Amino acid sequence: MNKVVHLHPMDDFKARSKAVLDNAGQRKNFRGAMDFLQAKRRAQFPDQDEMQGLRELGASIRRYSLAHLPRLLEQLEANLTANGVQVHWAQNGPEANAIALKIAQRVDAKRIIKGKSMVSEEVGFNHFMEAAGIEAFESDMGEYIVQLAGEAPSHIIMPAIHKTKQEIAQLFAEEIPGVAYTEDVDALIQIGRRVLRRKFAEADIGLSGVNFTVAETGTLCLVENEGNGRMCTTVPKVHIAITGIEKVVEKLEHVPPLLSLLTRSATGQAVTTYVNMISGPRRPDEKDGPQEVHLILLDNGRTQAYADDELRATLQCIRCGACMNHCPVYARIGGHAYGTTYPGPIGSIISPHMLGLDTTFPLAFASTLCGACSEVCPVKIPITDILVRLRNEAQARPETEEATLRGSGAARTLAASTAWGMWAQVYSKSGLYKLASWFMSRGRALSPSEQGAWTRSRTPLVPASKRLRDLMKDHKS
Amino acid sequence: MNSYGLTDRSYPSKPTDVYLFATCLIDQFTPQAGLDTVKLLEREGIRVHYPEQQTCCGQPAHSSGYPDEARSVALAQLNLFIEPWPVVVPSGSCGGMMRTHYPHLFADDPELHAKAMALADRIYELSEFLVHVVNFNHEDIGEACTIALHTSCHARRQMGVHETSAALLDSLDKVQVKEQARIEECCGFGGTFALLYPDISEAIATDKVASIKNTGASCVVSADCGCLLNISGRSAKQDELSGCKQPSLPGEHLASFLWRRTNGGAA
Ligand code: SF4
Repeated sequence: MNKVVHLHPMDDFKARSKAVLDNAGQRKNFRGAMDFLQAKRRAQFPDQDEMQGLRELGASIRRYSLAHLPRLLEQLEANLTANGVQVHWAQNGPEANAIALKIAQRVDAKRIIKGKSMVSEEVGFNHFMEAAGIEAFESDMGEYIVQLAGEAPSHIIMPAIHKTKQEIAQLFAEEIPGVAYTEDVDALIQIGRRVLRRKFAEADIGLSGVNFTVAETGTLCLVENEGNGRMCTTVPKVHIAITGIEKVVEKLEHVPPLLSLLTRSATGQAVTTYVNMISGPRRPDEKDGPQEVHLILLDNGRTQAYADDELRATLQCIRCGACMNHCPVYARIGGHAYGTTYPGPIGSIISPHMLGLDTTFPLAFASTLCGACSEVCPVKIPITDILVRLRNEAQARPETEEATLRGSGAARTLAASTAWGMWAQVYSKSGLYKLASWFMSRGRALSPSEQGAWTRSRTPLVPASKRLRDLMKDHKS
Repeated sequence: MNSYGLTDRSYPSKPTDVYLFATCLIDQFTPQAGLDTVKLLEREGIRVHYPEQQTCCGQPAHSSGYPDEARSVALAQLNLFIEPWPVVVPSGSCGGMMRTHYPHLFADDPELHAKAMALADRIYELSEFLVHVVNFNHEDIGEACTIALHTSCHARRQMGVHETSAALLDSLDKVQVKEQARIEECCGFGGTFALLYPDISEAIATDKVASIKNTGASCVVSADCGCLLNISGRSAKQDELSGCKQPSLPGEHLASFLWRRTNGGAA
């Protein structure tokens, strides 16, 4: 855990992408994983009508929850408090970390065992705790692997998806004392488990994420496959859960449809091995369970999305990862290239609110707008429309009413806006267009053989000698 | 309902007149596809009207993040189709722009919005129109051949018409359509995406070319010019680099392919 990688600035997004594009091994890993996950999801939705009906239901539950967000959050806090859960509000990452540290210091904690939590990645929890002298240990197998390698997750559901079996074998042999190199997957998992067992027993605090919070009952819902989530939330004497404010739903009955959409879309499972519903700490008559349960509710830019009628849909997300599993760009460059905690299409639309559009706008443009993400999104987020909106924002005139987000206008350049202005002049005036296209076809012999980025990979575009409008004249006569 | 919220549409019976919106790419780069579209429709006894002032649907600016510029170009098209005839577009991408985005572009102007809605309702992608409205049924008089079909992402997901191009090819007796792996995946064009992120675009296009070639198809047919220019342009570049003289994966627009196969080569 000594090699700390800080992924942030966007300026080298292209360079990072290129590095993966040139790495045949990684390309193969991602492609294989994406094909596998796509097939698993497809098998879960054999009936198109059932799927569309469930997506519609899931989307309306999420839209309803967001439409009533302030009220539901108040209700959630009241009911959690009544259940004995301590609720904390954090405006940003540093605040969330400080809240957790205060709890840790109060109970004199030395070790934290972690269940999988992307929000904890978002706030840089592990590094913060380590700097404060507290060990934060990942117990999800994928997270454990990336932590051991000093990396960040490259996928929100499968953190170590970029790693081959051989790389993991190598990593274990190098980093875990007394472990010999083996490519036997079962043996590797056993090795990991043995390490983790001990960690569970030693930990003072368990940290977990949350999939849904239920306002009406004050419940934290958490799904997982390895049982580590249940261990983290029950074995240590303190459990801290951390999640975004948007994860709330009103009623318990809202959870099953979302759960079904989540697990089928994410891993192609009808249901996960574990579904945890946590409604408070150990009661006086109970023998086990944590003595304290805390929930940290994080904003970190989410209210900016919430405040915008169109962008609010971004918060419908249930973090299933299906959009990245079906994204032709993600499949080629993997998660690390994005340089954000959340990669892929969801990362491109949520990160601007967390980090500012000024540093993240290249991601909004890094899409063909093919719509595969919107098509599979279980809660029907219009991802491509949101990407286009972010492109508009990125090139808005700063300090006008066009620019509504943190970092709006950062991508605007005089050269590009002038060029598009001229383009619009030509294409909105048929006289100008006719003249321009006439010159293009007359001058076709002069068409450049070098057409910038286009001809690096393709043969040049050469205008036809006669335009359709010319052919039509001949055709009519 | 598709991911763009379009519900299954009901189709009119065969009209006497249609408009053609031919797109700027066809006008300038593959005009034969436009002319073949006209011939396919005229053969069915339909009069085809081609408003000469048409230019571009505005999509390049729209998807590049220049909504005002997109709007002014879209506005110039909005007034060209006065009669209540269907508007046939030999591109799922431009058709998708007009059908799904025009109403949003003019959302804040009730009059223009109503116009955009009325136009959107009359937009038909060519293959969709040939199957559902015209009932295309002609004898295949070409040589036996094996081809692959690439359907654009916008035809597939925005217009929801991925089945109609396949159905048209299926109706040709001597044409065998081989299905490439990951048939639903994008070709990597994405308009200005290809210029902004050439490396990623190239990687996607290279994979698309490979998956099509792996089927043994002799050419790739698509109802979208943008994808065709990308896929066959990528393949031709590879040919050039490897010293291959004959194009190993020529592309042909669906309209031209259909016309060639069912017209016996007569003009
Ligand atoms: S945006 Fe949709 S598809 Fe992507 S992770 Fe969120 S819920 Fe899943």
